[in-house]
Amino acid sequence: MGTSFGRGGATDFQQDLQNSDCIVIMGSNMAENHPVGFQWVVEARERGAHVFHVDPRFTRTSAMASKWVGIRAGSDIAFLGGIINYILEHECWFDEYVKHYTNAPVLITEDYQDTEDLDGLFSGWDPETHEYDITTWAYKDTEPQTAPGKKSSATRGEQSGHGGHGGGLSHGEPPEEDLSLQDPNCVFQIVKRHYARYTPEFVAETCGCSVEEFLRVAKNLCENSGRDRTSAFVYAVGWTQHTVGVQIIRAAAIIQLLLGNVGRPGGGIVALRGHASIQGSTDLATLFNILPGYLNMPQSAAPPGLDSYIERGTAPAGWWGKLDTYIVSMLKAWWGAAATKENDFCFEYLPKIDEDHSEYWTFTQMLEGKVKGYLIAGENPAVGSANAKLHRAGLAKLDWLVVRDLVETETAAFWYDSPEIETGERKTEEIPTEVFFLPASSHVEKDGSFTNTQRLVQWHYKAVDPKEDCRSDLWFYYHLGRKIREQLKDSQDPKDLPILDLTWNYPTHGEDQEPSAEAVLAEMNGFDSAGQALAGYKLLKADGSTASGCWLYCGVYGGDINMAARKKPHWEQSYTALEWAWAWPMNRRILYNRASADRDGEPWSERKRLVWWDAKQKKWTGVDTPDFDEEKPPDYEPPDDAKGPDAIRGDHPFIMQSDGQGWLYVPQGLLDGPLPTHYEPHESPMRNPLYSQQASPDRQRFDISQDPHNPSADEPDGDAYPYVVTTYRLTEHHTAGGMSRFVPYLSELQPAMFCEVHPDLARERGLVHGEWATIFTARAAIEARVLVTDRVKPIRTNGRVVHQVGLPYHWGSRGLTTGGAANELSHVVLDPNVHIQEVKAFTCDIRPGRRPRGRRLPEFVRERRPR
Amino acid sequence: MSDFATLTDITGHPDGWETYDADQQPRMGFFTDTSICIGCKACEVACKEWNVIPEDGLVWTGDSYDNTSELGANSWRHVAFIEQRKPLRQDDEGDDALRWLMSSDVCKHCTHAACLDVCPTGSLLRTEYGTVVVQEDICNGCGYCVPACPFGVLDKRHLPRKPDDEPLALPLLGKKEDGRVWKCTLCYDRLKGGHEPACAKACPTDSIQFGEVDELRDRAHKRLDKLEQNGWNGARLYGDDPDDGVGGFGAFFLLLDEPEVYGLPPDPVVTTKHLPEMWKTTAFAAAATLVGTAVAFLGGRE
Repeated sequence: MGTSFGRGGATDFQQDLQNSDCIVIMGSNMAENHPVGFQWVVEARERGAHVFHVDPRFTRTSAMASKWVGIRAGSDIAFLGGIINYILEHECWFDEYVKHYTNAPVLITEDYQDTEDLDGLFSGWDPETHEYDITTWAYKDTEPQTAPGKKSSATRGEQSGHGGHGGGLSHGEPPEEDLSLQDPNCVFQIVKRHYARYTPEFVAETCGCSVEEFLRVAKNLCENSGRDRTSAFVYAVGWTQHTVGVQIIRAAAIIQLLLGNVGRPGGGIVALRGHASIQGSTDLATLFNILPGYLNMPQSAAPPGLDSYIERGTAPAGWWGKLDTYIVSMLKAWWGAAATKENDFCFEYLPKIDEDHSEYWTFTQMLEGKVKGYLIAGENPAVGSANAKLHRAGLAKLDWLVVRDLVETETAAFWYDSPEIETGERKTEEIPTEVFFLPASSHVEKDGSFTNTQRLVQWHYKAVDPKEDCRSDLWFYYHLGRKIREQLKDSQDPKDLPILDLTWNYPTHGEDQEPSAEAVLAEMNGFDSAGQALAGYKLLKADGSTASGCWLYCGVYGGDINMAARKKPHWEQSYTALEWAWAWPMNRRILYNRASADRDGEPWSERKRLVWWDAKQKKWTGVDTPDFDEEKPPDYEPPDDAKGPDAIRGDHPFIMQSDGQGWLYVPQGLLDGPLPTHYEPHESPMRNPLYSQQASPDRQRFDISQDPHNPSADEPDGDAYPYVVTTYRLTEHHTAGGMSRFVPYLSELQPAMFCEVHPDLARERGLVHGEWATIFTARAAIEARVLVTDRVKPIRTNGRVVHQVGLPYHWGSRGLTTGGAANELSHVVLDPNVHIQEVKAFTCDIRPGRRPRGRRLPEFVRERRPR
Repeated sequence: MSDFATLTDITGHPDGWETYDADQQPRMGFFTDTSICIGCKACEVACKEWNVIPEDGLVWTGDSYDNTSELGANSWRHVAFIEQRKPLRQDDEGDDALRWLMSSDVCKHCTHAACLDVCPTGSLLRTEYGTVVVQEDICNGCGYCVPACPFGVLDKRHLPRKPDDEPLALPLLGKKEDGRVWKCTLCYDRLKGGHEPACAKACPTDSIQFGEVDELRDRAHKRLDKLEQNGWNGARLYGDDPDDGVGGFGAFFLLLDEPEVYGLPPDPVVTTKHLPEMWKTTAFAAAATLVGTAVAFLGGRE
C-alpha cells in the first residue's frame, strides 16, 4: 500500500463499504475476525452490492457473500493477475484516471527485463547474493535513490516505505510520459505484457476455481467501477502471511488503480489489521526499522549527522519533502531543551541499525546465544509464531526473559509447560533462563487510545481498577524509565546521556502513580515554543521551535482538545462521521480523496461525490477532510524550482508520492520486483505453471537445522507432504489465545483444537468425523479433532486433486481449553519486504488417531521426514 | 379468573396481561432475522456477561461450529449452525453451491405460555412488557414448567456439580445453584432501566432486533417481501402469526428453511391447551364411573 499509494494504511474506512457497488473480500475472513465492521458489508449487500468472498474455505464470511469462490491457498496473485489481464483485454480501465492519476504513461528504462523474458526473474537478479539490483527497474533517465550502505533490505519494504520517500525520482523532474499509453516501454504496456498469460483458463487451472466463477468476479468488478460506480477490496492477514504477501496487496492496488477506485467513496482497499491497535503500534514504531510516523531508522553504515539523514530521506516532491520538520520535531519531543541546533537536535542519540533485527531474525540470533535478555509484551510467540518450537528453543538460550501479559501464557511458562518438556527433549532444570512474569492490566483498566484498522484514533476510559499487581503498559515503561534514570543520575558516561536527557516528566495520579495517558497523547500531537498544542503537521518546523512525538498524529490534540475522545454518533452527522474520534492524517477518512474528483476538481459523478474544488471559495471542500492542499487549485502547475508539496501538480492526488501518482509499477521501494508475479508458496505440492522459477526467488529464508522444510513439487520427495495447509482464526478466540482461552464464556464456544477436512480427504486417509487426527510436517506433529465438512475445497487441477487442511491456530498447552498449536507445524520463511511468515499456505500430511506421546513423538516426525 | 385462565379464551388476553393498569407497557420482543446472522455468538456471550450465567461445560460437539447445542438453564441464547448443499438464492447455479445457516434461538415469550399456566408458585410471571420471566427468589425447582414448554426452553440448573467434576470457571456462581429453573428474561432489568436487551445490543449486524412486537411484525413482513423478491431460497417467518398454536411469539424469527432444520417444532401448540377439555372429560368419566358403579350396585340388589 505504501509503495502503491504513499501510505501504509487502509485507503478507506469500513463504514464507507456501505457505498460500494461491489466488494471483493479476499485474504480476509471479515465476518469472523472483524464482525463489527462487517455490518457495513451486510449493509452494502442489502443495498444491492455484489459481495464476493474468494478464499480456500467457505467461512462465515462466505455464508454472507453473494458468491463464494474457493481457491487454492497461495494462488492469490494468479487470481488477481487474471483480473488485471481481464481489465486490459476487455478495455475496462478508467482511461482518464489511469492516464492522469497513475504512472501508467511513464516510460521505464530500456534495460528493464520482465519475468516473461527471464523465466520468472526480473532483471538485476544476483544469484550470488540472492538479491535484486533495482537500477534496471527505474523510470527512464532516473536513478533509484538507494540508501547508502548495503543491508538496505532491513529498512525498506512496505512498512518502512510508508511513502514513496525518494521514490526513484532523485532529480525531481517530471518523468518522461506517453499519454497515448502506446510506447512499448511505458508502464501500461509493460503491465499488459506481464499479465498477458493470466487468462481465465490459467486462473482456473492454477487456483482451482471454475472459469465461470473467475469471470463472474472479474465482470462484476469492471461493471461496478467507473464514473458512477465503485468497488472495494478487503484483505487481512490472509494476504500478508505469504512469502509474496506484499506483492499480493500490490496486485489489488493495480486493479484498483486501473479501475479508478482509489480515493473514492465505496472504493479503495480496506486493510484489516490483525488485532486491536496494530495500526497504532506500527504508527508509533514498534517495528525495528522505523521511528514514529514511519520515519526511517538511522543506519550505522550511513554517513553520520542529521543533515545527511534528511538529505537521503527527503523526497524532491510530495509531503516526504518535509522530512526535516518531522524528524526535528520528534527529536525535540524526545530530548526537549537538550536538543539544540548546535548538537543536531541530539540526532546522534538515536540508536542505529545495521541488520535485519526483525522478530524472526532476532530468534535466530537467540538460538546462537547472541541475545542475553528479551522483553515480550502482549505477544505469545510460543503459540503464535511460525515454528513455535524453534521460538521456545531460542527462549531457552536467554539469560533472562520478561513477559508482560494478562495471563501466564505459553511463552511465560515455556520453561515448565511445553511440548518439549512433555517429550523429554528439554528439561526444566537445564534451562538457564530466568523468567519474570509481570501481570498487565487490560484496556478496561486504564485510559488510553486504540488506533484501529482505518487509522481512527479512539479514546477509551478506565472502567475498573486493575487487580492486585496488574499495571498498565504505560505505568510499566514510565516507571522503568524513571528508575533507570535514578540509577544513572550521577553518571558522566556519554552513553547514558540519551537516557538522562530525555523529557520524562509525565504527571501521575492515584495510589499507583499511573501516568497520564492524555499527557502522552498531547506530546505525540506536539506543541510550539509557547507550549500551545499544534493543530496539524503543516505547522511543524525544522528549526527546533516545534516538538511533535509523531508528525502523523499532529492534530489529534489540536486546540488542547482530545479529539480522539469525541463521541458524536454517525446518525447525528454525515456517514463520514468526522466528529467521531480522529483519524490520521488530519482527520481524513478516505485517503487520496482528491481522486474522487476529475482533473478539473468536479466530482466524477453526482452519485460518487466526496471532495471537490469550490471555485467560488477557491478551496477544496466536501463531506470528508480533503487529502490535498486545501487551497491548491486543480490547474496548479509547479514552478521549476518547487520542492516538497509545492512540487505536486493540482491534478495529482497521491500527495505522499514523489510524482503525485498512484503506482501501477513500483520502480523503487520493493525488494522482490516492480510487479506482482505468481510464484508458488515456499512449500507447495504444485509446480509453478508459469516459470521454472518455482517460488519467489527473494523470499527470506534461514538455514536452521531445527527448522527443515517440506520438499516442494520441484524437489525430490516432493510428494512427501501432499496436502496444502492453511491456518486461521475463529470469531470465538483471539490470536494466540491469551485473551480467550482463559475466559470461560469464549472457551466454551470453541472448546477444542480441530482440523477441517473435506469428505474426500477423510475417505482418502480414513479420518472419522469427531475423532482424532494427527497432522505432521518436517517440523512437528500435532493432534486435533476432525471436522469433516464440504466447506474446505478440494482443488481439481491437471487431472489431479490437491486437498487442503484447515487449522485454527489459537490453541496451546495452557488455559481452560488446551490443544496442539498449529504453529508447531509451520516453517520460518518470510516475505523479504516486511519479514512476515508464510503460514497461510504450506504443506502437511495427516493420518487418523492421536499423536504419539513422549519420546515417540519426535521419533515419529523424524521417521516420516524424507532424506 | 381460573388457574388456567389462558385456556378459557385462547384468542383473548391471556392471564396477567391486564393487571398492570397505568404501568402497562407496549409488548416488547425480538425479531431475529437469520438472513443477516453471521454466527459470531456475541449474543451468547453478552447474555452470559449481563446475566452472570455460569459456563456450560467445555464440550466440543463436532456439530459444525455449534458447541452450545441447545437452549438451557445456562444458555439463554443459542446460535445454531447448519451446513447445507443448497444455494442461497434460487438463481444460483453451480454444483458446489453451499450455504451455512446461522440462527440465534431464544425463549419465545409466547402469547399463551404454558409455563405460566403450570407454575404452582407464581414464580413465572407475565411482566408489564408482556414478557415471561422466572423470579429466581420464588422458583422452588418443582420443574412442572420444563415439560410444559413446547420448545424445550425451560431447564433446571444442575448445580452444584459432582465432587470430582472439574472446578467451575466461575466458582462463586456455582455454590448457591440448586436446581431452579432459569431462562431468558428479555433482560427485564435492562428494560426497566430503559435499555435494550444485552443480546440485541451486542449483535453487530442487527440480526437480533428489539422493539414493540407489533412494529417488529410489520418490519418482518417487509423484510420477507424483500427477500422473496430477491429470490432467496426458503425464506419464511416463524412465530409471527397471532393465530398459531401459542398465539404468536414475542420473540419470532425469519428463517431460511423449515423450522425442523433449525431444531424448532414446525407447529407448536401451547401444551396446556387441552387441559380444560381433559379436566371436563375426566370429570365426565368420573361421574360416569360413579353412575355406573351406583347402577351396578343398585342393579345387584335386585
